[in-house]
Amino acid sequence: MQTKDNPMTDTPSIVEKPTDPAIESGLERLTPERIQQVIQQVLKKETGPRFKAYVETCMRCGLCAEACSYFLSNDRDPQFMPAAKVKNTIWEMLKKDGNVSKDFLRRAVRISHLECNACKRCAMYCPFGIDIAYLMLLVRRICHKLEITPQYIQDTVNSHSVTMNQMWVKDDEWIDTLQWQEEDAREEFEDLQIPLDKVGADIMYSVIAPEPKFQAGLIYQAATMMHAAGMNWTMPSTPGWDNSNMAMYTGDNEISGRIVRAFFETASKLRVKRIVMGECGHAFRSVYDIGNRWNSWVMPPFEVVHALAFYHELLTQGRITIKEKYKKKVTLHDPCNVSRGRGLHDKAREVVNMVCEDFVDMVPNREHNYCCGAGGGVINCGPPYKGERMVNNRVKAEQLAATGAEVLIAPCHNCHSGLEDIIHHYDLKMEIKFLGDLIYETMEKKIYEPGA
Amino acid sequence: MNSFIAFIMGPMVWISVIIFLGGLTIQLVGILRAVREKEPYIYSYVTLKHSLRSIGAWIIPFLPRSARMSPVYYGISYLFHILLFLVPLFLASHIVLINEAFQLSWPALNDQVADWLTVGVIGALVFFAIRRGMVPEVKFLTGAMDYLLILLVLLPFLTGFLAYHQWFAYRWITVLHILSGELMLIIIPFSRFSHMLTAPLTRAYMGSEFGHVRQARDW
Repeated sequence: MQTKDNPMTDTPSIVEKPTDPAIESGLERLTPERIQQVIQQVLKKETGPRFKAYVETCMRCGLCAEACSYFLSNDRDPQFMPAAKVKNTIWEMLKKDGNVSKDFLRRAVRISHLECNACKRCAMYCPFGIDIAYLMLLVRRICHKLEITPQYIQDTVNSHSVTMNQMWVKDDEWIDTLQWQEEDAREEFEDLQIPLDKVGADIMYSVIAPEPKFQAGLIYQAATMMHAAGMNWTMPSTPGWDNSNMAMYTGDNEISGRIVRAFFETASKLRVKRIVMGECGHAFRSVYDIGNRWNSWVMPPFEVVHALAFYHELLTQGRITIKEKYKKKVTLHDPCNVSRGRGLHDKAREVVNMVCEDFVDMVPNREHNYCCGAGGGVINCGPPYKGERMVNNRVKAEQLAATGAEVLIAPCHNCHSGLEDIIHHYDLKMEIKFLGDLIYETMEKKIYEPGA
Repeated sequence: MNSFIAFIMGPMVWISVIIFLGGLTIQLVGILRAVREKEPYIYSYVTLKHSLRSIGAWIIPFLPRSARMSPVYYGISYLFHILLFLVPLFLASHIVLINEAFQLSWPALNDQVADWLTVGVIGALVFFAIRRGMVPEVKFLTGAMDYLLILLVLLPFLTGFLAYHQWFAYRWITVLHILSGELMLIIIPFSRFSHMLTAPLTRAYMGSEFGHVRQARDW
């Protein structure tokens, strides 16, 4: 695969170069005693028989290698296979009973935060179903407790902890943004509203903080769809509106739990029937799979509907009709958190076929689709790591190029941003869109009337 | 000498079978108890239906994509695991011994067929060892213990094969055969061979997470 700029082709050495100021200053503060104490605490106190079984059951067969886009993109370098990442982190920590060096930890941060998207594809390639993503998140938990989390993603967690949203969006900015989008959308629907804090509405619509921060148009689109579909919906004006959760990916389980609790409490105050969320994968994982558990709900206390399922509902119920199908040749990426994480890949394909004329699937697809390389907090580690992120997902670029599609649909924020980078870096002649972009573009802009 | 042979053919068989079964039982009870104490959430997610769905999917030959990506290794490994149980349990000379002790009997494999199947097991083990040394990603994970585990399985089958053909010192080979068989049984609960117990459990858990919560396939 040709690249526009010079790709970094050198394989990483075992000893990492010190690059990240947060990791370096964190490492400086550490003592051998502290390192050992934290590792022992996490591995002994915070884990149980599941961890023990994963560590003791692995037969070193190497079948997980085939699952990992890092391994496949780096010319099958064994360092990048899932089990090797466990060997280079967890196995070594266990062998040395937590007595590991700072160089080891620098490498461990890199492996767990930047060489694994926690996409769980490898769990589908291990005959025993060993959850390596869980093990990598344990390493991140250790890094969090040692205070050596990469700077950019730590900043998003700081924002979560102060503002309950990921991007330092202030309370008044949030409301202001919603009202701004409402005003703009009234050019298409003169009585359109983005109803704030409407107690007893059927739906609470929730987004991730990057939407008000720099993709406000997505809120506009969602509002027009809600309005056209005649939904009884609302958005909260208070903290708890953001469903994103980077703390879940840094191992800051406490903050992660607070975020999700605030989210469900907001829905509870509004007494809505269900929660609909935008096209974001990790946010769905946070409220559907992770944060609810931390707060002792086996399953989420509200029905949580991802945008893909919601679009499917609107289109099949005829609440939105497509005026003219989208003409260009499109392909669809399966975000791990809604495909492997919630089995929405078939519904997504049905929606795409209802909206687009010419759909070509990528191979492999559905649960087996390659990772975007950005999710799991990897892209959130920021610009310093963009170059290697591009190298580490060459296989995705090859997969996309093979479809010959003009438009790539990526129904997840992290996937969307990561794949946009991939498209530019590998100079793929492709546009990238959310599924909502296409629905908004092709839908009949009139208000749903039952029975019409 | 005769008393030694009598020991390894008598009490030692009992001891090794008890350690094997007892060890796995204790391990299973320990796991279930630890799950209740430390990770009771697991019981909230594991369902019988999805556990069986996942285990079943992985038992159907070449259904998982992972298997189709590595057909040679997967195929050999699949047959190896069947033969590992089939050959010793249905070997005529083993059944004779069990019949003498318990008056129990079941149909035996034809001796010549069993002989070829034993060669198959040995061949599979040799393949595993070579693969460990040759395939870069497997080599990267492999340590001395992995070869030792292969050797531990190889010994009873190799000595059994030699004993059947009465090559070399028949009497000593037989002693070695019995000893290595007992050693393998004893080691199972204390080594990664215990995946015969834990693999179905980890599979069941992952199968349930995928089937029940994630509503997706895990194969």
